Amino acid sequence: MVCIEDFGRFETAWCPGCGNFAILEAMKKALVASGLAPRDVLFVSGIGQAAKAPHYLNANVFNGLHGRALPAATGAKLANPRLTVIAESGDGCTYGEGGNHFLAAVRRNINVTLVVHDNQVYGLTKGQASPTSDEGFVTKTQPHGVFSAPFNPVAVAVAMHAGFVARGFSGEIEALAGLIAQGIAHPGFALVDVLQPCVSFNKVNTFNWYRKRCAPLPPEYDPTDWDAAVNTAAEWGERIPVGVIYRNDRPCFESHFPVLDTRPPAYGSVDRDALREIIKAMG
Amino acid sequence: MEKSVTILIGGEAGQGLLTVGQILSKALVRSGYHIVVTQDYMSRIRGGHNTFAVRASASPIHAPREGADILIAFDARSVNEHIRNLNDGGIIVMDAEEQADCQGFACLRVPAASLGKPALFNIMAAGIAGALLGLDDGLLEKCLREEVGDSLQEGGEALRAGCTWARGTGISRSLASPSPATPRIMVHGNEALALGAMAGGLRFASFYPMTPGTSVMLALLSHADRMGLIVEQAEDEIAAVNMALGASFAGAPALVATSGGGFALMAEGVSLAGMTETPIVIIVAQRPGPATGLPTRTEQGDLNFVLHAGHGEFPRALLAPGSPEQCFKLAARALRLAEQSQGPVFILTDQFLADSCRAVEPFDPGSVQPVYPRESCPADEAGYARYAFTENGVSPRALPGFSGNLVVADSDEHTEDGHITENLAVRARMVEKRLRKSDILRKECIRPVCLGDEDPDILLVCWGSTLGAAREAAAELSSHGIKAATLHFSQVWPLVPEGFLPLLERSRKVVIVEGNATGQFARLLRRECGFVPHARVSRYDGLPLTPEYILRELVDEGIV
Repeated sequence: MVCIEDFGRFETAWCPGCGNFAILEAMKKALVASGLAPRDVLFVSGIGQAAKAPHYLNANVFNGLHGRALPAATGAKLANPRLTVIAESGDGCTYGEGGNHFLAAVRRNINVTLVVHDNQVYGLTKGQASPTSDEGFVTKTQPHGVFSAPFNPVAVAVAMHAGFVARGFSGEIEALAGLIAQGIAHPGFALVDVLQPCVSFNKVNTFNWYRKRCAPLPPEYDPTDWDAAVNTAAEWGERIPVGVIYRNDRPCFESHFPVLDTRPPAYGSVDRDALREIIKAMG
Repeated sequence: MEKSVTILIGGEAGQGLLTVGQILSKALVRSGYHIVVTQDYMSRIRGGHNTFAVRASASPIHAPREGADILIAFDARSVNEHIRNLNDGGIIVMDAEEQADCQGFACLRVPAASLGKPALFNIMAAGIAGALLGLDDGLLEKCLREEVGDSLQEGGEALRAGCTWARGTGISRSLASPSPATPRIMVHGNEALALGAMAGGLRFASFYPMTPGTSVMLALLSHADRMGLIVEQAEDEIAAVNMALGASFAGAPALVATSGGGFALMAEGVSLAGMTETPIVIIVAQRPGPATGLPTRTEQGDLNFVLHAGHGEFPRALLAPGSPEQCFKLAARALRLAEQSQGPVFILTDQFLADSCRAVEPFDPGSVQPVYPRESCPADEAGYARYAFTENGVSPRALPGFSGNLVVADSDEHTEDGHITENLAVRARMVEKRLRKSDILRKECIRPVCLGDEDPDILLVCWGSTLGAAREAAAELSSHGIKAATLHFSQVWPLVPEGFLPLLERSRKVVIVEGNATGQFARLLRRECGFVPHARVSRYDGLPLTPEYILRELVDEGIV
């Protein structure tokens, strides 16, 4: 039996009060609930305060480059689909530097769970606007406020018929753990966008700001209803819906490659006779 | 000079000259001839002016020649542009409907309209050229069917009509009979790279399409299902390289292929491979830059770039095959070297070699040892550390999920167990550990090969795809009583001067031959071993180096 202690406790580089602590806790709970031991799991992260999260639990980790968690996660999953692959990073890394990869991962429907720590601001580089910052958000690098419209990852993912789309809040650890576990269980691409405060650099979207707005979806909400999901995903204001916003049963990317069931690349070996025949046929 | 015949096919993109070229090349190879194909095409799908040249000989040949013996002209422009390339006794084959001045050369004006469908002029031309060369009709037809499929019944008729009509003219350019040899296959450089990589244990490849790198992936894709490979077209080159690194980290020997501009986007991934010590093979098929440059032409202009790409300091190796045979061997070797040194290994090729079809003895997959990363995974150990300090710098590489060892890799500076650190003493030791792996690469380095006189008056030094041109130029000099030799580097980094400096120093004149304007390899040699050549031959107009070009330059420079 896996228990939460298996994932360990580590000293972190985060500010006291950071939403990251709660997300880390929820992640461990989700892994335990999913019955996953550290050796079964590969975390792939980018760069940023959120991307350090995998260093603070026991698991396999590929902490790659800023914006590139998803391509590396995709490659690892295709090389060894027996691993549970979780990509974890922040809003700047995932939606800014890695925006194209986010769209491509949704389209592929690779069986990777993407957990995004979304605090609407850059933390590690000290407080610049992120793609999810609201219009008018004032920072040192946006002194007149953000002019660009915010990127709504949940709405974009739903619009693109992503396999599984959820929004969570770091203030609700149990609920968040449930969302992450559902994302892991979903056989395809799963986005869990997690709203969290940044105590150092986001004085607008604070813990209480989110607490007041984040509203769980009602029990009768049907996440398989795409039209309803489009509207729910677009909601952003006095009320921000949290929960599983959309899901479908599109076949995952891996299902198109029979070899991944029988002999995934990490387990493969060269069929020299087949190759000899291929070469001979070139005569 | 070898007895050889060059058939130059010219016309617009979309007129079917590639089909003619492929049919003839294949038929020549099956008849036992050696070939060297040069493809010169414009970056467009229709129109413009393209050529496909195939040089054939009964004895081994290694480079294209500038002169043509048979010019198959799909339009008047091809006659006007290439008549100056015709050797004495050259023959022009053109549609009788086209008007062009043949300047006294034998001209076969093909009455395409009366021989069949004029739209099938290309296939008639294949028949005509085949008949002029003395190739067997049945063989030509078989090659036609393989090229265009069985469905085109009119194709066979057009081909036969061409053969018969050409024989009726009484003109021929038959090649000497080839000596019976083992059957050969026809491959271009990029196909050979793909085959070598598959033999070497490749399991994963990712790419974003870019000429002239794409055909490596096309070759892999055409055999991927059978060989159990995963080949994925990524959203951009950044994704391609990061995907390959993720796959490699998880245990799949991986490669990417691109060209200079795409490689520019991969630079951060090169550095990531260096820091995370993840094996990866990166094929850079060079084309002229800067920026978009000449997308479909050739150059050796990215040596400096590939040698230095990626921020920070870490070891790497650069291989530069000079023939399809070397492409096969070095692709497999690159995968092995990447695994041994746990880092990036590059293969520098270029459009000329990538697209140049040759007749080669069938590659033997048994001649290379594939890499299986899972087989060298350390057994379960308490406190396994991915980046454990070791004498040679190589740390035992566990794979995630294969054991209880947790594998932690980090692009940040890290501790032995892979976790982010800012301990500066650890930093310094990690730098040293990574750089110690250079010794492995140096030890495994392929020495350059000297062909010709071991004590030459003129030594032509070359690397990568210029091997054939330099070799034939040196042979030409030798045939005029000049003691000449070629020194070819199929690995351009790291360089181990003990392996070649004595030869450079005892040669009377050393000329460095390379396909770029600034003499990148010449400068590298000077930097690494202080050697300054007597002259350089460089080409940077987008066309491949030829023996004739090298000899002209040597004369112009007063070297001979």
